[in-house]
Amino acid sequence: MTDAPMKLTVVGAETPIWRKRLMSVVSHGLLIGASILMLYPLLWMLAASFRPENEIFTSASIIPTSWSIDAYFRGWNGLRTSFSVFFTNSFIVSTFSVIGNVFACSLAAFAFARLEFRGRRIWFALMLMTLMLPYQVTLIPQYVLFRQLGWVDTFLPLIVPKFLAADAFFIFLMVQFFRGIPRELDEAAMMDGAGPWRIYWKIMLPLSTPVLATAAIFTFIWTWDDFFGPLIYLNRMSDYTVMLGLRTFTDSTGMSDYGGLFAMSVLSIVPIFLFFLIFQRLLIEGIATTGMKR
Amino acid sequence: MTLQHVATSAPAEAEKPSVWRRIWQQDAPGYLFLLPWFIGFFGLTLGPMISSLYLSFTHFDLLTAPRWAGVDNYVRMFTNDPKFAASMRVTMFFVVFSVPLKLAFALGVALLLNRGMKGLTLYRSLFYLPSLLGASVAIAILWRQIFAADGLVNKFLSLFGIIGPSWISNPNYSLWTLIVLSIWQFGSPMIIFLAGLRQIPQDMYEAASLDGASKWRQFWKITLPLLTPVVFFNAIIQTIEAFKSFTPAFIISGGTGNPINSTLFYTLYLYQEAFGFFRMGYASALAWVLLALVAIFTAFSFLTSKYWVHYDD
Repeated sequence: MTDAPMKLTVVGAETPIWRKRLMSVVSHGLLIGASILMLYPLLWMLAASFRPENEIFTSASIIPTSWSIDAYFRGWNGLRTSFSVFFTNSFIVSTFSVIGNVFACSLAAFAFARLEFRGRRIWFALMLMTLMLPYQVTLIPQYVLFRQLGWVDTFLPLIVPKFLAADAFFIFLMVQFFRGIPRELDEAAMMDGAGPWRIYWKIMLPLSTPVLATAAIFTFIWTWDDFFGPLIYLNRMSDYTVMLGLRTFTDSTGMSDYGGLFAMSVLSIVPIFLFFLIFQRLLIEGIATTGMKR
Repeated sequence: MTLQHVATSAPAEAEKPSVWRRIWQQDAPGYLFLLPWFIGFFGLTLGPMISSLYLSFTHFDLLTAPRWAGVDNYVRMFTNDPKFAASMRVTMFFVVFSVPLKLAFALGVALLLNRGMKGLTLYRSLFYLPSLLGASVAIAILWRQIFAADGLVNKFLSLFGIIGPSWISNPNYSLWTLIVLSIWQFGSPMIIFLAGLRQIPQDMYEAASLDGASKWRQFWKITLPLLTPVVFFNAIIQTIEAFKSFTPAFIISGGTGNPINSTLFYTLYLYQEAFGFFRMGYASALAWVLLALVAIFTAFSFLTSKYWVHYDD
């Protein structure tokens, strides 16, 4: 009488070994195929930057017949201004953005996560709403404002908003992390007479290095990648970031020097790739716990 | 107990300080810590929002003072601007196809990886890499080459004797190259799906297989319903991102949105109006229509979510 359920248990729990193996082979096959398909364009670009110019458009292979780093020299000096200027500019903008973002967002996050003051809930809700706001809505008045301040053609419009915690996403990220730090720690410090600033500086920040690092890395990558901000605020070539330099390259000589264009494209993503190699666990955990867009 | 409660109840403060002193002690630290954010919120978000709402009812060329125009900008947009209509169509098409396809890929790969595969972390990293790099100008440049007449895609097709078109300069396909670029970046929603899949208790599957439910049935009756909050979250984030997408279309079309406006993303059109023609008033109106679209979409999602998103009680 207990026959039927018994049988079902067996069917459900024990798939034959050969079927399991087959499934595993099929799954790995699919995943490996998908990985190759996805990474092929990147590898091809890398190869194209090293191959002789006449081979770029005739070969779909990712192994050049002969190697040369000429394209890197050509590309580096391919525009009126050399890429060393663009890279320096990008590093300046990204580094200051990281400092500003980590500092301003952690201050705000500490207030939201740990301090009690009237209106906290309302401000917090407003902060969350700004997450959804398309930047186009504030774009034009911001441009007018920065223009009146004489900031167009400087890095200030790209950096100063970071010091004002304009990227609310990172506040949210840090609030989530701060809430996980046991309150006993700061209450004990209070008893010892520490004020909010000391608690923020001596307890919260040292205990929050993972989230601060995640915020720093994403800020760096997003600022490095940013195209729109530099596009509207930087007009002089000596102020260009790497992304603007690349765009100019495609408009002018890039059409005749694909090797150089690809070489510079490869170099432009090297910093991001290095962050990925070194900190991939941190990045992936950051996304998994907070749901980031990229 | 919070810091400030501890502070105000400490014995030193017991001798009844004045109201102002109490406010200072209770509220000041919070507001001081928020000071940079407040300056940003009022100076860079709220103020500019109000200002751009005003500008949307004016003609403004940046050099002379704004001239009041009533609802002219909005009327023109909806009755007499073929480029606006084109950009709206392009953006809607992009959102409607790229977001579901991207999420389907993300979920499919996440399900494969969640079967306790060996090498999970390696695969996960490989699939994530395009997400991290994808917004870069370099990738848009690469994409333009891949889908060119003599590009990588057509090289492969020629192996099978197919002569492919120039995908980028053919208005029937150009938008699809951008959709493929978006799908290629399925890595970050995939990671979020993986995190969600891990939250589903294993014993539910054990119980289901004891009852004889097939894997297929388990997916539809357990996995998908329990994953709907994550699907919902991913869908909202990715849709808003899709509405805001700018760089790939700009680079691939050289800033024009061509061929025949087929890649004229809404954001690209707004940029052209604002910084190409200096019609700042009209561009502000475009921005507010975009905000309205995003707001309507978000509100609609939240309102319908109670019918399809499963929340535990």
